Amino acid sequence: MSRIVLTAFLPFIAAIILSGLVLWLLGANPVAYYTIVVQRGLFSTGGLQASATHMAAPLLIGASLIVAFRAGIWNLGGDGQFLLAAVVVAAAAPNLAGILPRWATLSLCLALGAAVGAAWSVLPALLKAYQGVNEIITTLMMTFLGVSLANVLVKLVFADPHTTVPQTRTLPVADRLPHVFHTTISSGLLVGVITIILVQLVMARTAFGLKLRMVGASQKAALHAGLPVPRLIFSVFGLSAALAGLAGAVDILGVQGNVRADWNPAYTLTVVPLVFLARLNGFAAIPLMFLFAILSIGGESAARRLGVPNQFTLVVMATLLILLGVSETLDQRRRNGGPG
Amino acid sequence: MLSLQGVTKRYPGVVANDRLFIDFAAGEVHVLLGENGAGKSTLVALLSGLQTPDQGFILLNGARQVMKNPAQALRHGIGTVYQHSMLVPSLSVAENIALGGAWWRRPDLPGIAARMATICQDIGVTLDPAAIVGTLSLGEQQQVEIIRALLRGSRFLILDEATGMLTPNAAQELGALMRRLAQRGLAVLFITHKLREALAFGDRISVLRHGRLAGQISPERLAGTDHGQISADIVHLMFGSAQSAAGPAPVPAAKAGDSPVLQAIALAVAHAPPIDLAISAGEIFGIAGIDGNGQKQFAEALAGQSPAQGGHILLDGQDLAALTVGERHKKGLRYVTDDRLGEGTIGSFPISLNLLFKNLADRPFWRHGIEQPAPIHAYAEQQVAAFDIRTPSVDTPIGKLSGGNIQKVLLARELSGPARAVIFAKPTNGLDVQNTIATRQRIRAAASGGLAILLISTDLDEILELSHRIAVMAGGRLVGVVENGPDARREVGEMMSGLAE
Repeated sequence: MSRIVLTAFLPFIAAIILSGLVLWLLGANPVAYYTIVVQRGLFSTGGLQASATHMAAPLLIGASLIVAFRAGIWNLGGDGQFLLAAVVVAAAAPNLAGILPRWATLSLCLALGAAVGAAWSVLPALLKAYQGVNEIITTLMMTFLGVSLANVLVKLVFADPHTTVPQTRTLPVADRLPHVFHTTISSGLLVGVITIILVQLVMARTAFGLKLRMVGASQKAALHAGLPVPRLIFSVFGLSAALAGLAGAVDILGVQGNVRADWNPAYTLTVVPLVFLARLNGFAAIPLMFLFAILSIGGESAARRLGVPNQFTLVVMATLLILLGVSETLDQRRRNGGPG
Repeated sequence: MLSLQGVTKRYPGVVANDRLFIDFAAGEVHVLLGENGAGKSTLVALLSGLQTPDQGFILLNGARQVMKNPAQALRHGIGTVYQHSMLVPSLSVAENIALGGAWWRRPDLPGIAARMATICQDIGVTLDPAAIVGTLSLGEQQQVEIIRALLRGSRFLILDEATGMLTPNAAQELGALMRRLAQRGLAVLFITHKLREALAFGDRISVLRHGRLAGQISPERLAGTDHGQISADIVHLMFGSAQSAAGPAPVPAAKAGDSPVLQAIALAVAHAPPIDLAISAGEIFGIAGIDGNGQKQFAEALAGQSPAQGGHILLDGQDLAALTVGERHKKGLRYVTDDRLGEGTIGSFPISLNLLFKNLADRPFWRHGIEQPAPIHAYAEQQVAAFDIRTPSVDTPIGKLSGGNIQKVLLARELSGPARAVIFAKPTNGLDVQNTIATRQRIRAAASGGLAILLISTDLDEILELSHRIAVMAGGRLVGVVENGPDARREVGEMMSGLAE
């Protein structure tokens, strides 16, 4: 019990105090800031529902990263995979909505997003599986290409002729992912939660997951055990990138409705530290993503009201991550009987 | 000049150097011979200040010296040249030699070049101080390292496996250079496991075995002409003396006439000539030889881990050459790897899963790909009991076990189920006496149970104790096969020393 307090609770309090200090230096009232964050992100019905809706894409990105990282594949190209899928889905959905029933449009678009995401990982996957090229570099490079390509597509190919700002046609609210019961929470949240739980179960409880974990832990041992290592690496890339693409589809179909030019939420780089804090465990990732969503939603309102930069949420998040990392290092040393 | 006084170094579970008394004289090329794991590297580490002895001490010119780090060893005039180049390839020769000087001073490159020229002339090598190291041959790079050591005032020069990476000609040149250095009054310690070089370049030879000094060949004997007898003696020293061959007599060979269980026909591995081999049921076929002569590649080609260039692998007459590792395992061809931690197991995974690495997704442990904890647990409990694996629980990460218990897990995995033929690679390497005995009993029991056994080992005693027939592997090929018997040690020794000449 004291360990949980030490490694999770203390850093959390410390992060709030430290970020409060920064707010105070900026000339804003920290107490007011946090009050608004909690009120708007958690305790108001609209805020809570917005937070829950905003969890969907990060949850799917988290699932994408957990698959890859547990198999020892550092797919950091999620942002490119996400954005390209989002753009293609945003372009296709309004057209499909005219001819197909809602459920068919939505399921087709979810599948389309996953397929586009997976397609964007084929090149790094081939290079990694058969040439051993470092996937950190190739996936990051593919993200630059993917983000640029997505912008080009929005501006030149899929731009809505009826608007002056370059953006895709907007999907009417009636054609988007349905709300959960009588709330305003998008059912994208359900897709996210179910997916991350499924990913956790597959990785921990199936032979396929075990094979992926073996490849991740020791390729030499996987080869010795007779596993088809290149093929497994290929499927890890495909699965991980498909989940990132699915995140893009869910974000468009549930929240955004269209893609504006130069839009890039860059979820992957924010979610990477979160899944590490969750120790690559899908169950543990869910509450962390919720916390992150509250901070994002509540922080936005608070920033607007108090006149601090919108990015201040990221300062709080970063401080928390650094402190959690530090406390974890200290805890590890203490358990190993080392100094500290 | 330098002498070891009962130097002992222990690592967890092994005594790497055991009460060594060796004298090194100025003007002498002293060769240190020994198999991998005999304690050569530890001795180099002790002399070059990377390690300090647990017991005993080092006398330098009669005074007791403690060297806590490489810088101190250098100050005492002990220079070391390692097998792998320690030079910066993008810098010139002179710049490399200037490295390690005071950081606030501009390196005096012309001065270094001048001093280099004197030394080069003295020892009879030609090197351009302005040449970029990366463009030099490995032999030349080694000369640079030797000159660097001499410029730093080394009087005792250690060449650690210095010829390991060189072409035969370059090795010959290095040998001649060693002789010239010794003539200039330096003490040279040359570490190698190549017998031929030891005889050609050395004034005195010390042989290490299991961390002990197994014996020495004096300069008087080396000066003699009977190198055949000397190399036979050295092989005895390296691989065990005739008196210690008190192992139990080998089990009688299996019935002749039966078709062999495991057969390699013209199996081409890497660039070595094709190998033919046939092992019948109940037979243990031993492959002796110095490590790194293609044994690992051969075993991996049989097991399917690395591709063969051609030929056939027959198990009970069925060709396996096109099958994958997993399929060969299921057919009954098993491989107990010597790389227990690197590829045999995954240290952070529980014992229960490590036992099933080669049965992934098989019933009853997985149903429709979904893990079934109960049968996995029950199977692990049963294997832990059957193979006497000492562990707190079957869920313990295997990396926490001792080497002997990890080996038992590998044995349990490879000997269970429908096994027909088993390849053992250095099965007792790094194990303590008790686990060594237990492992050898398992191997013998497996053979008595009707399996065909291929035993690859660098421990000649082990080969002689267990095998029915013995082959020697060198340069990737099997150079000869003898029946095990009273003369086998001599015959195998002759094959091994014959290769050395």
